[in-house]
Amino acid sequence: MSETILIRGARIHDQAAAGRPADLLIDGGRIVEVGAGLSRAGARVIDADGLIALPGLVDLHTHLREPGYEASETILSGSRAAAAGGYTAVFAMPNTSPVADTAGVVEQELALGEAAGYVTVQPIGAVTVGQKGERLAELGAMASSRARVRVFSDDGFCVWDPLIMRRALEYVKAFDGVIAQHAQDPRLTEGAQMNEGTVSAELGLTGWPAVAEESIIARDVLLAEHVGSRLHVCHLSTAGSVDIIRWAKKRGIAVTAEVTPHHLLLTEELVRGYDARYKVNPPLRREQDVQAVREGLADGTIDIVATDHAPHPAEAKACEWQAAANGMVGLESALRVVQQAMVDTGLLGWDDVARVMSTTPARIGRLDGHGTPLTVGEAASLTLYDPTPVRPFGRSDLHGRSANSPYLERELPGEVRWTLHRGTVTVADGALREIGVNA
Amino acid sequence: MRHLLDTRTLTRDDALRILDVAEDMADTQRREVKKLPTLRGKTVVNLFFEDSTRTRISFEAAAKRLSADVINFSAKGSSVSKGESLQDTAQTLQAMGADAVVIRHGASGAPRTLATSGWITAGVVNAGDGTHEHPTQALLDAFTIRKRFFGADSRGRDLAGLRVTIVGDVLHSRVARSNVWLLTTLGAAVTLVAPPTLVPQDVSAWPVRIRYDLDEAIADEPDALMMLRIQAERMNAAYFPTEREYSRRWGLDAARLGRLSADSIVMHPGPMNRGLEISADAADSPRSTVLEQVTNGVSVRMAALYLLLAGERTRAGEDGR
Amino acid sequence: MSTRTVLHEADIARALTRISHEILESNRGPEGLVILGIPTRGVNLAQRIGALVTEFGGRSIPVGALDVTMYRDDLHRNPTRAPQPTEIPAGGIDGKTVVLVDDVLFSGRSIRAALDALQDIGRPAAVRLAILVDRGHRELPIRPDFVGKNLPSAREERVNVRLADVDGIEEVTIES
Repeated sequence: MSETILIRGARIHDQAAAGRPADLLIDGGRIVEVGAGLSRAGARVIDADGLIALPGLVDLHTHLREPGYEASETILSGSRAAAAGGYTAVFAMPNTSPVADTAGVVEQELALGEAAGYVTVQPIGAVTVGQKGERLAELGAMASSRARVRVFSDDGFCVWDPLIMRRALEYVKAFDGVIAQHAQDPRLTEGAQMNEGTVSAELGLTGWPAVAEESIIARDVLLAEHVGSRLHVCHLSTAGSVDIIRWAKKRGIAVTAEVTPHHLLLTEELVRGYDARYKVNPPLRREQDVQAVREGLADGTIDIVATDHAPHPAEAKACEWQAAANGMVGLESALRVVQQAMVDTGLLGWDDVARVMSTTPARIGRLDGHGTPLTVGEAASLTLYDPTPVRPFGRSDLHGRSANSPYLERELPGEVRWTLHRGTVTVADGALREIGVNA
Repeated sequence: MRHLLDTRTLTRDDALRILDVAEDMADTQRREVKKLPTLRGKTVVNLFFEDSTRTRISFEAAAKRLSADVINFSAKGSSVSKGESLQDTAQTLQAMGADAVVIRHGASGAPRTLATSGWITAGVVNAGDGTHEHPTQALLDAFTIRKRFFGADSRGRDLAGLRVTIVGDVLHSRVARSNVWLLTTLGAAVTLVAPPTLVPQDVSAWPVRIRYDLDEAIADEPDALMMLRIQAERMNAAYFPTEREYSRRWGLDAARLGRLSADSIVMHPGPMNRGLEISADAADSPRSTVLEQVTNGVSVRMAALYLLLAGERTRAGEDGR
Repeated sequence: MSTRTVLHEADIARALTRISHEILESNRGPEGLVILGIPTRGVNLAQRIGALVTEFGGRSIPVGALDVTMYRDDLHRNPTRAPQPTEIPAGGIDGKTVVLVDDVLFSGRSIRAALDALQDIGRPAAVRLAILVDRGHRELPIRPDFVGKNLPSAREERVNVRLADVDGIEEVTIES
């Protein structure tokens, strides 16, 4: 149920009106007027003085864990976490149980997302049956289903067999699909626990060499070129990978790449205390890699930021490193981390943030109605963000079912104040709203 | 000393203190009554998740000679094999009154996780964690070297001026890592010899010299040559082609033994693969310190337990983790 | 806080000389004597007494050190103490008359610990105790055989012994 909403004095960061405060009038789920000194009787007024208005963020890489792992997260709890982070759309990775490799499962996920009502949940389909890497899943059926799947991934696993990867890249051209590869050569990373380098040598943890990521990306961009397909690279983490993408784009290869907020900020030095909150795949890398991915995001080599939000229960992290699960939750902290790593360092402006966290992810995922400019006629999916406060990230900032965040007690700037999803307020005045009928 | 987790963070003063107290402990082992009443009433738990009879018995002997009570917990057939977590296992033992937990675990970092988690208040001694560290082994190795080279004048001395060469699977060896840090802290010059596949990818920050050729390393006249146990299964993961080739290129055979300088000693942490990394001649020669290492292990572990348990226990954070 | 000197250098020297004669007298000569000092300052005193007994008795007297740290009953109340070396002279202590030497006798607990340590090393024929300063306040039934000076003191007062070879000056002071 959408209200009539009047947002006053927001700093809109779309291309046309960078920096000047403006009013936005929202009705029937759409932006109906943009200007100065607007008014409308009966409208709910939001004072957005000092707040930056961004199009609702779109996460191309989220793990919602439902169906099958509801102890860690559900589509409802994950949607709430997303809204709290300023997101209005999330792409749900298929490593659920059962795996989302059929039209039935992806339609179920879509329905659960609609019932939850906080964000648009767009299912991602698996590339291969059961994500086993042996046979293609029914990609066409998933594309034609009500879930309109366009992004396919075996994330968690690499599509390692070069022939399967080639076929998948070719096949999805029929419906403008894209394969999102988790680049990790399994033979080079057997038993791997952290980045391979000086720290792993000292800590006695099996290394995950950068070349295991880079060699797959190099192969895949050449395959994509050969068959004329789009390719998307998930959670890129090394300087070498940035170089390969840059080379590929110069050649005109249709490749896009994402980087996680944690790879923009954290390094492998954090592993020294064996605190499993920092255990993630791909692993935290060196300072040089952090610098390289920051520059890559700034110069457009890396197209988007995607959270790889990966919830895990407490017992999967409160144990010895080797036994711990890989992954960090990231929806609620993403925008704040990007501000610290990219905006406050002068590498990105807020226009760029809108591009890399909203517009481009929506475009790659072929998701209509999201990442659209804040102009008349467009859907009212947006977030109002206050960049000024600096305070520690705490448990109360987490709204999902799991607390495996690497930022707890760490000072981060900024705060999401309001989020609107198609005209429905999901976050009001910094607090999540309880939305009517939930599944 | 609140915990003994590694030699990487062990200062020179602390290391010498352990070695010097071990001298006192060793002296008492020559008496008729080998027992001391010092840790009477304290309980030491041996929490061994990996099989290891020798190390466990050594810690048990050390604790008993200080009159502590010993509880042995081995993972096989225990609640752990039924999936009990490290946290629950440790807290159960503490609830039974453990003052110190000696832990051997297959996961690197497990002792540190145990010591810093807040699950238990007992002192933690690392008896070997994954491929990370085995601090008491390095301490007994240093004690052995010191004793052989300085005899009755050992007390208070470090190992400055001595050259120690370690040969074997450095990549997978916690004994190698602990020795690299401790020997360097004590002033020795360390050389590592291994096939390139068994050296970690990036050891540029390590204070060691790396050699791939054992004969060249022996020509450098090391004072101590420490042979590490090689696991034959490593050849199935392509670290080296055959046992035969490994033994020929990196084994301490009679010929290489003969080329060692007169005062050099041969060391091995055990258990030995006679004929693979070390020949019978070498293992049984007068240069070999293998049995002394075992004896010294008890003294060093007595020193470690004494320093951990005898004084008032500091609160967490007072002297670092 | 006030400090007064109760023994000067010359007093200490005279006390050690008298103690050495008393040891020989009580033992009826130098036969079977072994002198063991309790670290830290007891060791220096033991060496000096040993030298004097050797001189007066006409025979070389074995002197050593007996560290009692491992046998103390108050370890857990204090920060960890590093033990000092124990040196038992070549002839051992079995069947000998061991004279323990310490600088200050107070509660008696150190001496109890020393007796326990001796028991684990061997079986002396007899154990005697030589003390430079007895300040009273015994908590155990321990009494010295040879005393340099009886010094009644209040519990809160501090008795400090300084010896030339250890501290650079030679004096016994009491601080209240």
